[in-house]
Formats: sequence, structure tokens, C-alpha cells
Amino acid sequence: MSTPTETLMPFDEAMERYEPVLGLETHVELGTASKMFCGCPTTFGAPPNTQVCPVCLGLPGSLPVANAKAIESTIRIGLALNCSIAEWCRFARKNYFYPDMPKNFQISQYDEPLCYDGYIDVEVDGETVRIGIERVHLEEDTGKSTHVGGATGRIHGADYSTVDYNRAGIPLVEIVTKPITGTGRLAPQVARAYVAELRDLMRALGVSDVRMEQGSLRCDVNVSLMPRGGTEWGTRTETKNLNSLRSVERAVRHEIERQAGILDAGGRIIQETRHFHEDTGTTTSGRSKEEAQDYRYFPEPDLVPIAPDREWVEKLRAELPEPPSVRRRRLQAEWGVSDHDMAAMRNADAIDLVEATVKAGAPPADARKWWMGELARRANESGKALAELPITPEQVARVCELVASGQLNDKLARQVLEGVLAGEGTPDEVVERRGLRIVSDEGELAAIVDQVIAENAEVAEKVRNGKIAAAGALVGGVMKATKGKADAARARQLILEKLGVSG
Amino acid sequence: MSAITRDEVAHLARLSRLALTDEELDHFAGQLDQIIAAVARVAEVATDDIPPSSHALPLTNVFRPDEVRPGLTPQQALDQAPAVEDDRFRVPRILGEEA
Repeated sequence: MSTPTETLMPFDEAMERYEPVLGLETHVELGTASKMFCGCPTTFGAPPNTQVCPVCLGLPGSLPVANAKAIESTIRIGLALNCSIAEWCRFARKNYFYPDMPKNFQISQYDEPLCYDGYIDVEVDGETVRIGIERVHLEEDTGKSTHVGGATGRIHGADYSTVDYNRAGIPLVEIVTKPITGTGRLAPQVARAYVAELRDLMRALGVSDVRMEQGSLRCDVNVSLMPRGGTEWGTRTETKNLNSLRSVERAVRHEIERQAGILDAGGRIIQETRHFHEDTGTTTSGRSKEEAQDYRYFPEPDLVPIAPDREWVEKLRAELPEPPSVRRRRLQAEWGVSDHDMAAMRNADAIDLVEATVKAGAPPADARKWWMGELARRANESGKALAELPITPEQVARVCELVASGQLNDKLARQVLEGVLAGEGTPDEVVERRGLRIVSDEGELAAIVDQVIAENAEVAEKVRNGKIAAAGALVGGVMKATKGKADAARARQLILEKLGVSG
Repeated sequence: MSAITRDEVAHLARLSRLALTDEELDHFAGQLDQIIAAVARVAEVATDDIPPSSHALPLTNVFRPDEVRPGLTPQQALDQAPAVEDDRFRVPRILGEEA
């Protein structure tokens, strides 16, 4: 595969000359217990070909039966995206020869999607952008191929491939936007904000774990450019399988710069599939005959039509959760945090955790402090998501309570969190086992203060003579003597009292 | 009903991964024409009051509850595979040299 040298046009210049048009196709793997058309489990990361059966392997004589929960989840997604729900629709066979589907076809939906014609509002730079939704349909995921041989591990140049069909047949919802126009220089951010909003929405609906890094939410972006003031859209490219919010934004930006460079040099954009490279932030042509063929869709004969009962649809509509954007605004007001802090919590996937911690009794500021500080640092170190840390919001709330009641200080609290994360038990158990309770016995603390004053006579004299700032060294001495288990504020108070000065 | 061309048969053959000789292309073009003409006769009896149908049974909404059921072991699943590697189905090169 050879890529001709391309000259990128800097983004700002490209935006002065061209107007981008976007279209996004997002795939969401539903979090059902079983697959779309058979009873195989859907657990991520199982050993190869351990979650397969005659139906998802496409063996002769097997018959698919649709998963009721997957149909329900798709309708709920459609409703949450303000879509109309089809009165009647069918599955369709999408025929292609490619080993990621053992049947040589994928069961999908063609001209009769389950949900159609909706919208979702996203916020970028304080501006609300309404994204039209063309359709939401249900299909089955494909197997996972590993390409062997060749230099890159990619399909090009591989000697052969191996396939694991555990993922084949997992329910997959495809959400397609209408063309997104008029966003101008905000286009890359709009694309990112849209995918982020979808992710939050799927999470609120509880229909998918939306782990982009595991591929349970992935996005294809279509980008084309037209000259400013023009009316005719340019030729589009489709960059496939973006698996992080950052990649979505970078891919759109890169395609704008690349296409503007080609158009500026008098070249033509080729309608093609492109691959995004995480390391360089660039895209390369992924065009292949296999992707350019016709799919010969026809109604799936083994599955009868779906005709969602209107009462059922209305019941599902009535039970929809609070929209994520509304919820974020409500929590931000309740917690009294800035836009910046709220955005940081959202990026760290901490909003649910902070909310649960607050529900368990912690003050919002404390809950946010621990999740976004110490716990975020620990999660980062171990390469985990915050929610994956082996600590519950209730346990974090208990630590906040112990600090608030003066039984722990922040330093000790960090040790308690460390103990809980290390599997040493609940916060109270860790306090007990590690002996972390603050020295609150006045007599004991007073004795330590006396000792520290005696050992630091020179410093004590300075304090006596009015240099109150020097008391810090004495407080440090007390903390050291108690291995950090003293209440620093109380120790300072005692020191000043004993030295006859008032703080 | 327009006749099926040789090029259309060649296109279908390629989509179906069938290697057909020139003689076969001519032969099948004629046959497919006859088949399509036969099927087209259905349209003659389908009047406006008969809606198009894709399924023989007037059923809708046949669903199953979202419950896990036992499937095959990897050994069973891979038993009939022409080639196996690391508990995966091994398949020939997917994209040809020219891709």
C-alpha cells in the first residue's frame, strides 16, 4: 500500500477557505447477558471460541431468535434520541464474504430501521449544537480477526488470519447522524462532544458499558469539505473504528487538513475508507475491493418482522432516565462546582462515583476531592478506570466522615484509602489494623507537645518572643513524633497555649 | 424484463467467490434469465390488493428472553474447521496482493 505524499493545510487556513460537513456512525455493543440471536454469553475477554454455538457459528440447520432485551434497549436508545419508533420493521441479510462472520452474511437492518428521525443536543464552547439522528438500527457484531505475518500485524501484507467468534452475534446498535453542517472550526470538537454525549446517554440508559478502549463503543466519521460560500458538498471519506474521544476529534481535524491540502493543490478527494493511526494522528487509505462490493440486502427469512406495541413504547418512554445534560446541570448546581471542575469530573468518569459518595452522606467537596485527587492518582498508576478501583462510594464516604469527625487527618485518610485498595478491608478495619486513629487523647498529645518543646528550646524561645510562624516547626515535630497521627490544628493550638502566645 | 448480461453474471460470480469459465458465464446468463422470468410470473397474479410479503407466516415479535444457554466447547466448535491455530479458526489471506 503506497500513500502519496500529501501536504496538509494548517487547520486555521483550511477553515478560512472551506466548510466541513460531518456524518458520524456510532456502534454500541449492548450489555445484554446473551447474544442477539442465541443464548451464548457476551463476557468480554473470554478465551477464544468459548462463547459460541451452532447459531452464531452459522452451522446448517440452526435458527436465530431475537433477544427481547436487545430490542427493548434499542427502542429505549431511539426514544432517548427523540426518534420515531417503527410500527413494523424487519431484519435484513447483508451478504459478504469475509471471515469475521462465519455465516457469510450479517443480520442487520436495511431500509426499515427500528428507530428513525431524531436529534440530540450537545454543548461545545457554551454553544448548543443540535445533531440530527438519521436512524438507529440493530445488528449483530462480528468476530475478531488476528492477522498473522507481514510487518505491521495489519490485514495488508498478512500471510493468513485467525478468527475468534466470541464477539460474533453480540447485539450491536448502529446510530447514524444526519449530515452535520455549519459547525465550521468547531467541527472536530462537535464530533467529540457528540460521541461523549452518546456515551453518557448509553450509560444513563444502562444499555451498554460503553468502554471505548474495549470496543463496546466505536465510531466512524465521514468528513467532506466544500468551499466557503459553496452549496455543493465535496466528496467524503470515512475514517473507521475510532476508539477514543480524543481520536474522534483528531481524526476529523486531520481529515480537514488533509482534504484541504489536496483540494488546494487542485487534486480530487477519493471516496474511500480510511484508517486512523493513534501514534501519528494521521489517516491512511484503507480502500479494498471487499469494502466496495454490493451487499445484496434482502429481508431475513429466518426472523419474523418486529412490530413494537405502542403501549409498550409509551411505557418505555415514560421510564426514560433524566437526560445526561440535564443531570449534569442539576448536579453542578447542587454541588456548587465550576464548569471547569465539572468537565474534569466528566472526563474522568467520576460524576456517578461522586454522586453515589454524596448520596452515602459525604459533603460534595470532600467526595470530589478524594475521587479526583488521591483515587484518580491511584487509578492512573494502575492503569484502571476510577470505577474499577476496589473501593465503593460508601467506603469513600466513610473516610470523609472519619476526617470530618476528627478521627483521621488527610494524611491518615490517604493511608486508609491505600489499605482499602490493597484489600485490607473496610475503612474502619484498616484504621483498626494499621492503628491509624488520630491521637485525640488530650493528655497524650499534651505530653508529646511538652517533649517537642523541650527538645527544640531555641525554636520555642522564638515563638515565645512573638515569631509565631516558627511554631510550624514544632507542629512538624509533633506530627513526626506521632507518625502523622496527631490533629495538626489541635497540636498548634496546644503549642501556642503552652508558650503563652495566642495564634 | 431485460436480459441478464454476461457482465452481470461475472459480477455475481465474483461476489460469490466463484471462478467461472467463459462458457459457464454464457450458460448461466441464459439460465438466470429463465429463472428470473419464471419468478416474474408471480407479479402477474399479484394485484394491488395483495401486499408484498417476505414471510409465509403472519407472525410478528417472536423474541426470546435474555438468558444464557450452554453452547459448544472450543473443541466442538473447531472440530470441523479446515485449519486451527491457538483455538482460533485459521483462514487464508483475506486481502490479495493487489489490494
